[in-house]
Amino acid sequence: MSMTTVARPEETTFELVVGMEVHAQVLTQSKMFCRCATDYQGAPPNTRTCPVCLALPGALPVINRAAVEATIRTGLALNCRINETAVFARKNYTYPDLPKGYQISQYELPLCADGYLEIDLEDGSTKRVRIRRVHLEEDTGRSVHEGGYSYIDLNRAGVPLMEIVTEADIHSPEEAYAYLTRLRATLRALGVSSGDMEKGALRCEPNISVRTLEQKARGEYGVKVEVKNLNSFRSVRNAIAYEMERQIAILRAGGSVEQVNMGWDEERQCTVLQRGKEDAHDYRYFPEPDLPPLRIPREEVERLAATLPELPAAKRNRYEQAWGLRRTEANILSGEAAVARFFEEAVAAYGESDGKPQRLATWMTGELFRLLYADGEGQDLRQIASIKIRPTQFAALLKLVDDKVINPNTGKKVLEIMYVTGEDPQVIVEREGLAMVSDVSAIDEAIAAIFAANPTELARYRAGEEKLFGFFMGQVMRATKGKADPAAAKERLLQLIRG
Amino acid sequence: MHLTIDDVRHVADLARLHLTDEEVRLYAQQLSAILDYAERLQEVDTSDVPPTPYVLPLQNVMAEDVPQPSLLNEVALANAPDKADGFFRVRAVFEE
Ligand SMILES: [Zn+2]
Repeated sequence: MSMTTVARPEETTFELVVGMEVHAQVLTQSKMFCRCATDYQGAPPNTRTCPVCLALPGALPVINRAAVEATIRTGLALNCRINETAVFARKNYTYPDLPKGYQISQYELPLCADGYLEIDLEDGSTKRVRIRRVHLEEDTGRSVHEGGYSYIDLNRAGVPLMEIVTEADIHSPEEAYAYLTRLRATLRALGVSSGDMEKGALRCEPNISVRTLEQKARGEYGVKVEVKNLNSFRSVRNAIAYEMERQIAILRAGGSVEQVNMGWDEERQCTVLQRGKEDAHDYRYFPEPDLPPLRIPREEVERLAATLPELPAAKRNRYEQAWGLRRTEANILSGEAAVARFFEEAVAAYGESDGKPQRLATWMTGELFRLLYADGEGQDLRQIASIKIRPTQFAALLKLVDDKVINPNTGKKVLEIMYVTGEDPQVIVEREGLAMVSDVSAIDEAIAAIFAANPTELARYRAGEEKLFGFFMGQVMRATKGKADPAAAKERLLQLIRG
Repeated sequence: MHLTIDDVRHVADLARLHLTDEEVRLYAQQLSAILDYAERLQEVDTSDVPPTPYVLPLQNVMAEDVPQPSLLNEVALANAPDKADGFFRVRAVFEE
C-alpha cells in the first residue's frame, strides 16, 4: 500500500444496499395446482383441501391458467421479458405447513425476468428499480404453535403466490417505501392481488447490507441481513433504517456483520435475531416432473399485453399534464384504482377547464378523504367504491360552491350530510335552507338590527376602534346563519358602518 | 463417487432424519454404491444432448380457474395420526 493516510473507521462513508423480495397472493378463485377455493380467510380449518394440497399419494397437480395469466400481466407491467419456456421446480422444504415435503416454485426458467419499475424520488426525479424476476409458486399452510405442538391448517396451502424480486438497487429507506407503494398500486391496478399486508396477501422481505465506497468501487457487497415479519410499508422503512444504523455501528466498531435472518419487533421498533445462519439454502431445486413445461407463444403475450389497464404512473402523469394537478394530489388520486375512477368520473361531470380538476382534487383529498378516514375501519381509501356519494353528486356540490349558491364552509356541511344520506346536494341545500344570502336588502336588514342591538360597539368603532369590524362581520354571519355571501356582507357592512 | 460421513449427515439433517453413527456409516456405503452404479452413465457422450427433464410430448396443461368442492374436514383428517379441533396436530416445529 502506498497510501499514506488511512481513513479512520468512524469517518468511513457507507452506502446502503437493499434488494426487495415481495410475495403477493394472486387473486384467483381456486388454488395454484388444485381447484380448492381460495376463500380461506375466516373459514374453519382444513375445509379447503383435497388430495392434491393434502399431498395424498398419487394426486397430481394441474396449473391454474388464471394465475399464469396474472403473472404474465404483472411481468409486462413491470417491463419484464416473458420467457418463451417456463418451468416449475420443486424446492425441498421439510415443514408440515406444506405436506408434500417441497414447495412447487420456479427456479431456472421463471415466467418473467429482467424488468424494472420506475419510482419517484423525493427531489422530484424518477429512478428505475430493476426487477430480476417474477415467478409463480404456492403458499404454505398456516401453523399455530402451542404447548409443544403445532396445529396445522392447510386451507392456505397451495394458494397461488407471485414472487417479485428486485436487483439490489434500493439505496435508502424512502426508496424502499416508494418502491413498495408503487408496486402495490400496480398490482391493484392490474387486479392481480389485493395487496393487503394486514391480511397476509402481501409480504415484504428486504435484504439489507451496507458497503464502503471502496467496496462499491470494486463491485463488492457487504454481508446481507434478511428481515421478516414486517406488516406495513412503514415497518419496512423503519426496519431498513434501523438495520442500516446497526450494521454501520458494528463496522465502525471494527466488527463484522453476520449473515442472519432478523425479525422486526414492532413494539420496540428494532430488529431481533430470528435464527442464525442456516444451511437452509440447500433447497435442492429440480424440475417438477408432475408438471409439463409452459410454452408461451408471442401472440399470447401480445393478447395479455392488450389487457393491461393504464398503470398508476401513467395516470399520475396524465393528471399532471392534461389536468394541471399538483404532484401530491396526482399521486394520491392515481394510487388506487377505485379512487382514480371516482376522481375521473367527477372530473367528467364537473369539467376540465379553469383549474377545475385541481379544485376537485383538493376537495377530494381534503374534505372527502377526511370523512372516509373517519369511517368504519378507516385508513383504506378503497372504501370509496362503496360510499353513498356518487361522483356526479360530488361534482354538483362543487358547482354549487362555484356558482355561489352556497359558500365553501356550507359546502363542507352539505358534504357531511351527503356522506350519510347519499342525497343530491341541491336537495339538502333546499331542505335545510342553506343557500347563500347575497340579496343586499336582506343583508342590510340584518346589519341594521345588529347596529341597533350593539350601540356601544358601534360608537367605539366610529371613534376609531377599527378592530371591532371583525366583531360586526361575525354578527352578520351569525344573524344569517352563515349563509351570507361573505364578500357581499363585507361590502355592505363597510358601507353602512361609517354611518 | 464416495459420499463422506459428513455428506450423509448433512442430507439426513435436511430430511429431518435422526440417524445413529452405525446407520450413517451403513448409508454412506450403500448410497455410494448406488451413485457409483448411476455414474456409469457418465461414460456416454451427451455433449450434443440438451437437458431433458420432460420425456412426454406435453406442454401447457392447465385448468380453468373454477373452484370445485373440497373434502369435508373429517375426511381430510381421516388419515391423520393426531388431530385436534379440526387441525392436524404435530410435534412443535420450532424448538423453544
Ligand atoms: Zn386442494
